[in-house]
Amino acid sequence: MTKFATSLALVVLLGYAGMAAAEAPVPNKGDTAWMIVATLLVIMMTLPGLALFYGGMVRAKNMLSILMQCFVIFSMMAVLWALYGYSVAFTEGNAFFGGLDKAFLKGVTPDSIAATFSKGVVIPEYVYIAFQLTFACITPALIVGAFAERVKFAAVLFFMAIWFTFSYLPIAHMVWFWAGPDAYTDAKAAEAAGATAGFLFQKGALDFAGGTVVHINAGIAGLVGCLMIGKRIGFGKESMAPHSVTMTMIGASLLWVGWFGFNAGSNLEANGAAAMVFLNTLLATAAATLSWTAAEWIARGKPSMLGAASGAVAGLVAITPACGWAGPMGSIVLGLLVGVVCFWSVTKLKNMLGYDDSLDVFGVHGVGGIIGALGTAIVASPALGGTGVYDYVANGFAEYSMGTQFIAQAWGVGTAIVWSGVVSFIAYKIVDLTIGLRVSDEVERQGLDITEHGETAYHI
Amino acid sequence: MKFVTAILKPFKLDDVREALSDVGISGITVTEVKGFGRQKGHTELYRGAEYVVDFLPKVKLEVAVTDEQLDMVLEAISKTANTGKIGDGKIFVTNLEQVIRIRTGETGADAL
Repeated sequence: MTKFATSLALVVLLGYAGMAAAEAPVPNKGDTAWMIVATLLVIMMTLPGLALFYGGMVRAKNMLSILMQCFVIFSMMAVLWALYGYSVAFTEGNAFFGGLDKAFLKGVTPDSIAATFSKGVVIPEYVYIAFQLTFACITPALIVGAFAERVKFAAVLFFMAIWFTFSYLPIAHMVWFWAGPDAYTDAKAAEAAGATAGFLFQKGALDFAGGTVVHINAGIAGLVGCLMIGKRIGFGKESMAPHSVTMTMIGASLLWVGWFGFNAGSNLEANGAAAMVFLNTLLATAAATLSWTAAEWIARGKPSMLGAASGAVAGLVAITPACGWAGPMGSIVLGLLVGVVCFWSVTKLKNMLGYDDSLDVFGVHGVGGIIGALGTAIVASPALGGTGVYDYVANGFAEYSMGTQFIAQAWGVGTAIVWSGVVSFIAYKIVDLTIGLRVSDEVERQGLDITEHGETAYHI
Repeated sequence: MKFVTAILKPFKLDDVREALSDVGISGITVTEVKGFGRQKGHTELYRGAEYVVDFLPKVKLEVAVTDEQLDMVLEAISKTANTGKIGDGKIFVTNLEQVIRIRTGETGADAL
């Protein structure tokens, strides 16, 4: 009897201990340290990476307006993210919007944990919030390139607040929100967990680090913006040459380095998969730089620095959704392809359609994002050196069907185009009717630095 | 006295300055300028945009000389600034009525 009681107590104790361990995994310090560093790298992508990349491409009279837009958009989105953005994107709600349970980061403590892509492996939720914050900050900042040099500062900020709330957050929720791997214990549990995930997650659309959420989303918002706002005064007649390709090269290089935080950080753990993502990001970017440069050299006679920098960014954009499933050779092929296609889109497509996307947000991020998202279905295939898609119920890689995956990717692309297009159109209209989007002709002639910000970039 | 204005390729400036020193010229004025002549401009390509740059950078050199120095100066400039290629520049010669050295009040050739 005593023996039985002891065994029972032991079983209960062990069971309890086992349960407690399953309920509260402890973050690994290595993972946590890596995610803090990755977050820092993504911050650097916007400030100063993107700001300089864009700033170098405008005329000197508008340099500070670009720097200032990037700087303040980043800061504004960071605060909005903490107030409600994180909760709307990353808590359970419906398939399109999360809830407000974690508005004002309610209930989050240093002990709170966030899931990764491995069962039983977690990171501190504060790190996950900060990491995802940096994505929410850079995406709106990407859009400003499309209507650079002609929009009121107040209008930019107002538009971004609306667009962030109704386009960035729901698309992030649709693509990325899921219950985490630990919920996928068996087929039934997986079905129940799957039903709580975002709309595109349920469709099976793959987007490792934000090809759809960040790049297509921003690219479409940029395209709608430059179509609605109209061309810059003197577009096609006066010289609008970049005032400093040097700054653009520095910015592109900072973006490239920062992007390792963006992509490899999206793995959420410091492990072999992160290393693969790192290498894929490196190779696709190098390949796209080469292919853009080669295309430009052949088509236009000279390989330009602006072209090489643009090619690098196009490669980074395209590998972003694919980097978690592609192999190194697939990444090189994807990079080679996107460099040529984006070169075509900014030199030919743009002139054919006649819109003034000042810094080619659509031509590079929109087009590159679409190629990356669709290309993910191809390069993820194990037959082409990819990893295939992990099945958390079977605890192994599932059989891969390129056709099925391609359709899932097309769902992601189509949804992002329509959703961002509609939200952007309405948001621009609202801003135009209230603040007014465009500055006066006189202000545009004089440049936004002096008129909107009371400063001059260079005193030489 | 004569006033000589020469438009030169910027990289030739040092050679010309040296040649002028050698023939006894003790002061010149140089300005960075832009312009076009037969050389015309060039085309710059930035992604989809093509811009024709009409004005090329040149230096404008100004020197005041006595009538006796003129031929030597003209020869020194045209010899050293010549590359044989289009865009070497031009030399303009005008009459100079008066020169005054501000510090001492000297006038004419003494002020050169």
